[in-house]
Amino acid sequence: MSLDQATVRRVAALARIRLSDADLPRVQGELNAILGWIEQLQAVDTEGVEPMAGGAPEGAAPMPMREDVVTEGGIADLILANAPDREGDYFAVPKVVE
Amino acid sequence: MRPTDLTIAEGLAALERRELSALEWTRACLEAIERLNPRLNAFITVTAEQAIAAARASDARRARGEAGPLEGVPLAIKDLFCTEGVRTTAASRMLEGFVPPYESTVTAQLKRDGAVFLGKANLDEFAMGSSNLTSAFGGVENPWKRADAPELRLVPGGSSGGSAAAVAARLAPGATGTDTGGSIRQPAAFCGIAGIKPTYGRCSRYGIVAFASSLDQAGPFARTVEDCAILLRSMSGHDPKDSTSADRPVPDFRAAVSRGVKGLRIGVPREYRVEGMPAEIEALWRQGLAWLRDAGAEIVEISLPHTRHALPTYYVVAPAEASSNLARYDGVRYGLRVAQQGDHLRALYEATRAEGFGREVQRRILIGTYVLSAGYYDAYYLKAQKVRALIARDFAEAWKTVDAIVTPTAPSAAFAEGEKQDDPVAMYLNDIFTVTANLAGLPGISVPAGLDAKGLPLGLQVIGRPFDEEGVLAVGGAIERAAGFRAAPEVRA
Repeated sequence: MSLDQATVRRVAALARIRLSDADLPRVQGELNAILGWIEQLQAVDTEGVEPMAGGAPEGAAPMPMREDVVTEGGIADLILANAPDREGDYFAVPKVVE
Repeated sequence: MRPTDLTIAEGLAALERRELSALEWTRACLEAIERLNPRLNAFITVTAEQAIAAARASDARRARGEAGPLEGVPLAIKDLFCTEGVRTTAASRMLEGFVPPYESTVTAQLKRDGAVFLGKANLDEFAMGSSNLTSAFGGVENPWKRADAPELRLVPGGSSGGSAAAVAARLAPGATGTDTGGSIRQPAAFCGIAGIKPTYGRCSRYGIVAFASSLDQAGPFARTVEDCAILLRSMSGHDPKDSTSADRPVPDFRAAVSRGVKGLRIGVPREYRVEGMPAEIEALWRQGLAWLRDAGAEIVEISLPHTRHALPTYYVVAPAEASSNLARYDGVRYGLRVAQQGDHLRALYEATRAEGFGREVQRRILIGTYVLSAGYYDAYYLKAQKVRALIARDFAEAWKTVDAIVTPTAPSAAFAEGEKQDDPVAMYLNDIFTVTANLAGLPGISVPAGLDAKGLPLGLQVIGRPFDEEGVLAVGGAIERAAGFRAAPEVRA
């Protein structure tokens, strides 16, 4: 199947990537070329196959659980040191509510 | 011998005998970087002052009798590993100005063992690419030259292109890399050096900028298999900060390199004879198998029937995970922010991500977003996860009859900048032989095994059972000894 321009716009909006009208045809063509190539997977018989969710090879131990507690806290200044904008101990962003 | 020509094993021995100091070795590397990096662009950031200070501290520790296993070894660090106090870019504009307040586990362990960091090596943006050309800091020149066209700039492979070029050109004796679909093994092959991707879970992913979390693994580059084994031991081990990190002992990898292949059964998957593969690569593959037979191994033809579905599976799974992992780059907490006066939050996100990410990264995020979106998740993502299970099962079947699998590393030698760039799918085919080990979580090494008619290096890949890096290193070591690869690139220190 092939993505129309409206679908490409919708996917870009979901991904929060601004897509200009000028770039739309190029991106549409690239995505369709890749999806067309991926399409071959539909021909593989996967009846009754459990999906492989993680990267651990066969025989690896299951992932451990840990206590649901703060491991590193009280380092606001260290974390905010990389912020593009801050106000006090908070990340600052443009106005969200009218 | 000049310090820049030393392997890690040779350098450690010279340091031990006090014929060389860490400061001399580090200075020699820094001088080589100063001279050749403006041309090769293998490093994004050179940390000369910190390296000199670290080398002095290393010499002091050795003088006190406190030398670690990597004491005084200078290394290049792929700029995907967070390094405390040293800017980390992932070769993207998106991380502009980002200075990590913490150290990745792998680099922390290398430092713990005495390594000296020379700087941060160039890569494809967010490790997405097979040529290093997607880097926001420009491409890396492969130090090897085609005999018939010495003026051509060849790519070093990718994504760990800077790491591979730095080691090949003798700017560093070793380097770290990461491998999600071939990003250590393919550049190692293109640059005529060795590189190993260990089993998924062998090295902690903590502090490595995430691309596709179920595929990403760290590993070393060096000019010999033994050097890779030395580095891998320091990089490996359980880390509670990465829940997928394996809690099992780290063997003495170095000892495995020389143990030989007598009595081993080596698998040759018939599905890896792909159409259009250069005859020279096919011939080198046969030669590699003949060397192993001469060394006492038995060669067994095997079948990995789902091989041809591996690349399309990868190009569903990896972009899906990438679209999720890269959602964190929003222009709010760190890195680039692009906003017009009066913009609302959503416009800030969209403008930041449009300007911060390069084309290939955007493409993969869009594909990943699509295959995970409502209505398409089952048809693409779930389907790919099932095919991935079949690919892993093929290998599990193979391990019933063979101990290791040998294939070419890449379907071609290094190509020139500009080739394969217009067609994303043609570029993706570079990973055709390497991507299966990532999907199945298996260890794989690339070893330089010969030169093609144009004088470019070619690599052979060894894939092993889960957590059998020792077997992989043993077979890799046997290939290395038989090949006697001594060629060096045109551009070198």
